[in-house]
Amino acid sequence: MRDRAVELLLLAAGLVAVFTTLAIVAILLIESSAFFEHVSIVEFLTGTMWTPLFADARYGILPLVAGTLTTTIVALLVAVPLGTLIAIYLSEFAPSRLRETVKPILELLGAVPTVVYGYFALTMVTPALQWLMPDLPGFNMLSAGLVIGLMIVPYVSSLSEDAMRAVPRYMREGSYAMGATRLQTALHVVVPGAFSGLAAAFILGISRAVGETMVVAIAAGMQPNFTFDPTQPAATITAYIVQVSLGDLPHGSVGYQSIFAAGLVLMIMTLVFNVIGFSLTRRFREAY
Amino acid sequence: MSDNPAIATFLDPKLVRDGLSRRKVLDQVFVIVGLLVMLVCLAILAVLFIDLVRDGSERFTWDFFTNFASRRAERAGILAAWVGTTLIMIVTAVCAVPVGVAAAIYLEEYAPKNWFTAIIEINVTNLAGVPSIVYGLLALGLFVYQFDLGQSIAAAGLTLALLILPIVIVATREAIRSVPNAIREAAYGLGATRWEVTKDHVLPYSTGGILTGMILGLSRAIGETAPIITIGALSFIAFLPESPFTSEFPFISFGWLNDPFTAMPIQMFNWVSRPDPAFQSNAAAAGAILLGMTLLMNGVAIWIRYRYRKKINW
Repeated sequence: MRDRAVELLLLAAGLVAVFTTLAIVAILLIESSAFFEHVSIVEFLTGTMWTPLFADARYGILPLVAGTLTTTIVALLVAVPLGTLIAIYLSEFAPSRLRETVKPILELLGAVPTVVYGYFALTMVTPALQWLMPDLPGFNMLSAGLVIGLMIVPYVSSLSEDAMRAVPRYMREGSYAMGATRLQTALHVVVPGAFSGLAAAFILGISRAVGETMVVAIAAGMQPNFTFDPTQPAATITAYIVQVSLGDLPHGSVGYQSIFAAGLVLMIMTLVFNVIGFSLTRRFREAY
Repeated sequence: MSDNPAIATFLDPKLVRDGLSRRKVLDQVFVIVGLLVMLVCLAILAVLFIDLVRDGSERFTWDFFTNFASRRAERAGILAAWVGTTLIMIVTAVCAVPVGVAAAIYLEEYAPKNWFTAIIEINVTNLAGVPSIVYGLLALGLFVYQFDLGQSIAAAGLTLALLILPIVIVATREAIRSVPNAIREAAYGLGATRWEVTKDHVLPYSTGGILTGMILGLSRAIGETAPIITIGALSFIAFLPESPFTSEFPFISFGWLNDPFTAMPIQMFNWVSRPDPAFQSNAAAAGAILLGMTLLMNGVAIWIRYRYRKKINW
């Protein structure tokens, strides 16, 4: 009898996760549908002007999506090569003592508060970039993207390394027996063998970069700007939500509802990436 | 030797030897490149920390910890911020740890293998991938306006609790899973109920893993800025929340739960976004403290994991 009560209590705790998901979806949908009573969905999805705080308010999400995609692409250009390289090194070359020491330290890079990374982007990376490119504005997506890339390196490298270590030993030994070196084995046997796992790591990295907020809010400026040029300042979806939250838009106004519509777009973007990532991971698990 | 020139290259000892040595050189080059890239990433972490400490060094005075925010950079301090962060962390820990551990116990020890359990598991994995700012929107709509908690410490603590729930659940599940089944079977063999097995045997052995998960979760929560900005934390607060201790019976008060607040990352964000360079030193000092706390918590978590792993020999 008491056992049954305990079980129900534990089940209730497990259901909190389900309710959180439901609540997120419900809140985003309810507030967004109120928003779409004032703004047409077509204008929202195709408009290239995002000026919710002007007298002539325009709600076209494309500038924010462009900003989000640009910073994400810059971040991936950093995180994918560096993360994969580190993963190959740790999984195939590093002695196990070194690997066990370096991995936790590398994971600390992912634990640094994002607001600190924002400070880093604004006060160190941007001045360094301006020294190389004197015309670069003080706020730009390049610096924010580079720092986000750095931030997700440990994430990508750790997942990629797990994928590579899951490639069975005998495949490597077969390659060595044919006279291949470690690098050849890594590039021609291990990486292709772990490919879907690597792809999953990159895609989960993308969804991280898409949702990153503070670095872009601090270093990329908060002006919506419909451009894919990383040297320009621009706002992302997340930066817009922060910007509105810092002011005091009254509860129930169209501006207030607009952050939920923006959040819904963000949620759908990350959800798509997560689903692709998880299905790739599952396929890769069945490989051996 | 073969007549076919393509095969001949494989058989010519000189060509084979040259090819092999070239490939071995490439191998060595990659080792160096890999090591360098890794060292660069680690060096960046070090540079980041040193830079913060150097930029903020002139602010590390007692006053910085005991002053409220101010319009004058050199008089501004982080009193309201660190008190706010401490109180929020208490709420977060009190909410996230019991719920997270209980959910993990359910999933590992009780849950039948069916579609319903699968839904809970998918939800936990999905929640871990939700961007933190979306939790802020959830909190704004649900806690701040539906539950009418306002822009309070309680709302912030609950938000961060939901945010770190997946971390606590995943860590606890791993800890529980590493307890060998023989332990459970021995207890069942003596007539213990499922809950007795869990409470008296599985949980004590999992303490290390659970503690690690809890600390890692809190270290994530302490630096989260976006969700608490979204619920509307104020960045300029020149008063403290109501004291949790009172002079009369029952000596403890919960009035602080409803008070407006600021927190360390919010305070830092506020200082970073000001154009006046004097405030950048304040931001650096606050950042150094925040980063120091995060690194310390992660260090403690690694140490606990290491110690428990050494202590238990199955």
